Amino acid sequence: MHHPILKDFPLFWIPLLPLLGAFWNGTQGWWTQRRFGRAAVHLPAVILPAASTVVAIWGFLVLWFGDPGTVLHDSLWAWLDIPPLRAEVAFQMDRLSAVMALVVTFVGTLIHVYSTGYMKDDPAYWRFFAYLNLFLFAMLVLVLGDNLLLMFVGWEGVGLCSYLLISFWWRDREKAKAGMKAFVVNRIGDFGFTLGVFLLFFGLMTTPARPVPPADRPGSPDVAGHLEPLPPTSVTFREIEQLLQDPSRRDLLVQRKVLGLSLVTLVCLLLFVGATGKSAQIPLYVWLPDAMAGPTPVSALIHAATMVTAGVYLVARMHFLFSLSPGAMTVVASIGALTALFAASIGLFQHDIKKVLAYSTVSQLGFMFLAVGVGAWWVGIFHLMTHAFFKACLFLGSGSVILGCHHEQDMRRMGGLRRLMPITATTYLLATAAIAGFPFFSGFFSKDEILWKAFDSGNLLLPGGGVLLWGMAAVAAFGTSYYMFRSYYLTFSGSYRGAGDHGADVASGHDADHHAPDPHGTPAEGHHGSLPHESPVSMTAVLAVLAALAVIGGLVGLPHLWHLPNFFEAWLEPVFESSAPRIVSAGHGHGWEWALMAISVALAFGGFGLARWLYRDARNPLPERLARSPNRWVRGLHRVVYHKYYVDEAYDLTAVRGALWTSRAFAWWDVQVVDRLVIWVGAIGRLLGWIGGAMDRAFVDGAVEAVGEMISGAGNRVRRWHSGRIQAYVQGIALGAVALVVVAYLLAW
Amino acid sequence: MDLTTNSLLLTWTVFTPAIGLAAILLLLALRPLARWPQVFLDQAARGIGVVTTVVATALGIALWAGFDGSTAALQFIHRTVWMRSWNIEYFVAVDGLSLSMVVLTVVVFLAGAVASLPWWGALDDHHPHFSKRHVPGYWVLFLLLETGVLGTFAAQDFFLFYVFWEVMLLPMYFLIGIWGAPPRRDPDGRVRGGPYAAIKFFLYTLAGSVLMLLAMIAIYYASGPGTLADGTATQHTFNLPLLARQAREGTFLRAAPILGLDFARVVFVGLFIGFAIKVPMFPFHTWLPDAHVDAPTPISVILAGILLKTGVYGLFRFNLQLFPGALDWASYAVGVLGVVNIVYGAFVCMAQKDLKKLIAYSSVSHMGFCLLGLAAGTPQAVNGAIFQMVGHGIVSPMLFLVAGVIYDRAHTRQIEAFGGLAHRMPEYAAVTGLAFMASLGLPGLAGFVGEVLVFLGSFAATDPLFRVLVSIGALSVIITAAYYLWTMQRMFLGPFNEAWAHLMDMNWRERITLYPLAVVTVVLGVWPVPVFRMLEGTVGTLIGGLGH
Repeated sequence: MHHPILKDFPLFWIPLLPLLGAFWNGTQGWWTQRRFGRAAVHLPAVILPAASTVVAIWGFLVLWFGDPGTVLHDSLWAWLDIPPLRAEVAFQMDRLSAVMALVVTFVGTLIHVYSTGYMKDDPAYWRFFAYLNLFLFAMLVLVLGDNLLLMFVGWEGVGLCSYLLISFWWRDREKAKAGMKAFVVNRIGDFGFTLGVFLLFFGLMTTPARPVPPADRPGSPDVAGHLEPLPPTSVTFREIEQLLQDPSRRDLLVQRKVLGLSLVTLVCLLLFVGATGKSAQIPLYVWLPDAMAGPTPVSALIHAATMVTAGVYLVARMHFLFSLSPGAMTVVASIGALTALFAASIGLFQHDIKKVLAYSTVSQLGFMFLAVGVGAWWVGIFHLMTHAFFKACLFLGSGSVILGCHHEQDMRRMGGLRRLMPITATTYLLATAAIAGFPFFSGFFSKDEILWKAFDSGNLLLPGGGVLLWGMAAVAAFGTSYYMFRSYYLTFSGSYRGAGDHGADVASGHDADHHAPDPHGTPAEGHHGSLPHESPVSMTAVLAVLAALAVIGGLVGLPHLWHLPNFFEAWLEPVFESSAPRIVSAGHGHGWEWALMAISVALAFGGFGLARWLYRDARNPLPERLARSPNRWVRGLHRVVYHKYYVDEAYDLTAVRGALWTSRAFAWWDVQVVDRLVIWVGAIGRLLGWIGGAMDRAFVDGAVEAVGEMISGAGNRVRRWHSGRIQAYVQGIALGAVALVVVAYLLAW
Repeated sequence: MDLTTNSLLLTWTVFTPAIGLAAILLLLALRPLARWPQVFLDQAARGIGVVTTVVATALGIALWAGFDGSTAALQFIHRTVWMRSWNIEYFVAVDGLSLSMVVLTVVVFLAGAVASLPWWGALDDHHPHFSKRHVPGYWVLFLLLETGVLGTFAAQDFFLFYVFWEVMLLPMYFLIGIWGAPPRRDPDGRVRGGPYAAIKFFLYTLAGSVLMLLAMIAIYYASGPGTLADGTATQHTFNLPLLARQAREGTFLRAAPILGLDFARVVFVGLFIGFAIKVPMFPFHTWLPDAHVDAPTPISVILAGILLKTGVYGLFRFNLQLFPGALDWASYAVGVLGVVNIVYGAFVCMAQKDLKKLIAYSSVSHMGFCLLGLAAGTPQAVNGAIFQMVGHGIVSPMLFLVAGVIYDRAHTRQIEAFGGLAHRMPEYAAVTGLAFMASLGLPGLAGFVGEVLVFLGSFAATDPLFRVLVSIGALSVIITAAYYLWTMQRMFLGPFNEAWAHLMDMNWRERITLYPLAVVTVVLGVWPVPVFRMLEGTVGTLIGGLGH
């Protein structure tokens, strides 16, 4: 393999610019907003990420015109530097990071623009933008950090921002709790992540050093092209990859067993635990649906487009490690497929539009893990990118709807919005088509490729290999198409069912002017009873851009089957070069690929057709009948799925209660046993003092008695010092000091 | 090993607070003559106290500026014979470990001094503030405490160390007993309060001191020949660098057994328990929550920020430096106790209802990292353990100051009593959030660096037990996040409890103490290198005697 060509580039600007914005608004926003209005807040908050996008594009262009192995690098200062550990504050941008950075800055900036409209009535406007900028900073550190520990800074940083933004409206206790839940569940993942890093560091280090002839010693060429000797172990991605070039090191890492697993498998599984936390996979997905408590732009940016994809990025970034462990890869792929299916099933019955999108996100992230789990790294990142476009568009569309409907999120109280909010409806429809996988939309290319790669994988340790995972993912894809079109039809077709307390039958688009205002509506809450309205241009323009990308974004990665160029795969190929030989195909031919593509299209249209039949214009009574079915089993099944299989409740009963119980037990033990022992010892000392002679009484008893007195409540001896006679105790101290000196001199004789 | 006097700067640093102390005493002595009003005396004492701590801080920073971290050699040596017949010297000097603690001490005392000033907002007459009681006496003790702590870290003569160690104890006792909470009867019928906590602290620490004294005497008689500052040859020595060299040469391995038990191990255990009480290590930690809860805010700040570190410092300076072999022998026990501290402390935190008690137990949890790092003994772990002392020394004062802010206003610290405080006190909520995040080990803040290095270094230790210990200890990252965020949520988020509508946000005295600490927290989190540079030479020598 060729060595990466490091090239200096001022990458630090990319995270720094949003950080400056966060700092400015976080410390000054409270008064600039009051003094100069909202523009004083959102101008820096939007311009700085936009500038960051420009730098990212610049870096991208340098990579574009450079040699395929070029890696932009920017080393700032040593952070944790205790040999052999060396973690720098250093950024690197290879072709993978470049894709991530572009998605993050570009989509991030768009969502900032959108937020200027969405959040315009919020008094804490400045705080929102400060958090949002801070998030971009953390996310960019995550994707640009050149070592695992710096990546972890971003990793936890985005968790913090997620916490801050989910509980942004913290006066609502439920929202505050949702933020807390997100952070704590993420920390469970981080527990795995850190242990994975430790184990990797240890595993590389204890691999016995073999004398390497200077000729083929792997080294990292610096800017001038000199080979630097590699450290014995490392946390830096580039160096780990090069260390693993050495076959003997690699073999030892694979052959070394810990707890019956090979060391490399254990490392990968631990890192994957971190990924399941951040990217909301089974079993740690539970925080993401609750995270919808945050403002909708946050859901779009953090909980759909960027942060939650960090786990996928981690696996792709560590491809050279994961590819060494078919076992870990199988786990990743299986969890991915399982999550895709599981979350899609929950999405089928949700009424809250954001909950549908949340479960859809969990499900789509499952698809991405399926892709990276079968070694189709570029496909996972491809889907990550297209998903960022269409899911951001969907979430922002739902935000537009929610704002238009005066903070109503229940789809049963929407309907008919196509006429009232035409731009939102059109963009939502396009993005829905993309996620459902309609041919030539972006989601079609990425999802179809995932299904094919899963089907064709020869790496999996499962019986039946990829076919089983393909089957699960295909069902999930059908479900996706169904529930997404269901949400579209419920929201946008038929007639408006919201309109305050008047129920489903009152308003349609035609009687907007005659509609009586809602008696409970107060002007301060917005016009609660009035009809929904289209959102301001700052929001709809962003929707249009994202919808356009959701439609055409997939064209960069056309299937090989069509004999058309696949830019995306070619772009990422150099990054994943070192693990490519270890990813094998099961050898299914083109015929299979055509057949699967046909099945994918059929599934997308099937889901669409079913949703259209059941929900279009709210005419079909079947869904209602099904929910109220006389059959106990049908109702029961519906209830279980609607309540998300009661997983939250199960976790609450076991993990949360368990931890609380343990903490109370330990606290009781601390006071009633450990401290009691101390008091008993004190009492025994007192007894001994009493038995003892006059000398003893002067020292031991005098002190211990005080304990006794405190316990019996009579103790005020010390308080007597309180009498206000300052001189008294100052003299006491002076006497004490003198006594000390005297004792010292006495000892000297 | 050149140990001749080459600088008086360290002595000046150590005794600067004592000069301030003398000045206050002088004022008190002159009072009958000059007939100063009490207000004047109070203000003068405060002024002298703050100026003195500022000067001490400047001197401490000067020490740092003139320090060469790349070598393990002692620097800023001041050495003279004190008690010739017992070969006791006045011998102060710093290596990287000592200096990091000296700098931390002056900084924390500065924060404590500012926090001891009365709050010039509206004070509630029903709740007299400690800062207005017996002011000159308070400052005398405060400054005596600072000299005691600085001397403890600077002393390079075992006897001198012991003297400073005891000097530290006395003022703390009075500061907690007199200026702490008045006695009260808890719901379970027990009497608690400042006096109780003070006695408990005093007796507990004294018990540790007794063990230390015995160990010191044993070490003295087992030691080889030494030389005093004036060149006199002696049969035994208290000189720490000499003792360390003799330890490397195996003097203590050859020492006669005590009661049939190995000399090094017996003395190690005695010293260990003496220091572990101060750390505080489970199961000797129960004085800590009492002392913290009932001490006034600045004393809690100093207690958590500095006094706990004297215990860990002693473990490094004596147990590790003099008995590395015994530490190898005891490393399992020390490591296990460290992890028990970490996890047990974190769990106990979660059950606390009193904010200050929660923070006190979090110290138990966080100091466990130092024990684990000591036991593992790898360069990363030991650097991490020392950095953890520094990081905790900055973060825990913030936490106690934060607790003081709300107690000064609401006169309660019951977490459940609050709710939605961010509505009324947004700035306070933000600062508290930062302190909590730093304490729960958010990367990029000071708390993370020490924790991750201890964990990483312990994980890389040769003994597989340490990988198990780290895996258990790392559970604390989850529990810690849970209890801090839960506290955050119960106190600051949710609907506002209108009972607290009269509370005011932070005032300038509180800002002056909290913001600089917050800045240091962030700077150390992203750029911990200065601390590592300071320790570079020292750590290698410290762990040189370990078997792995």
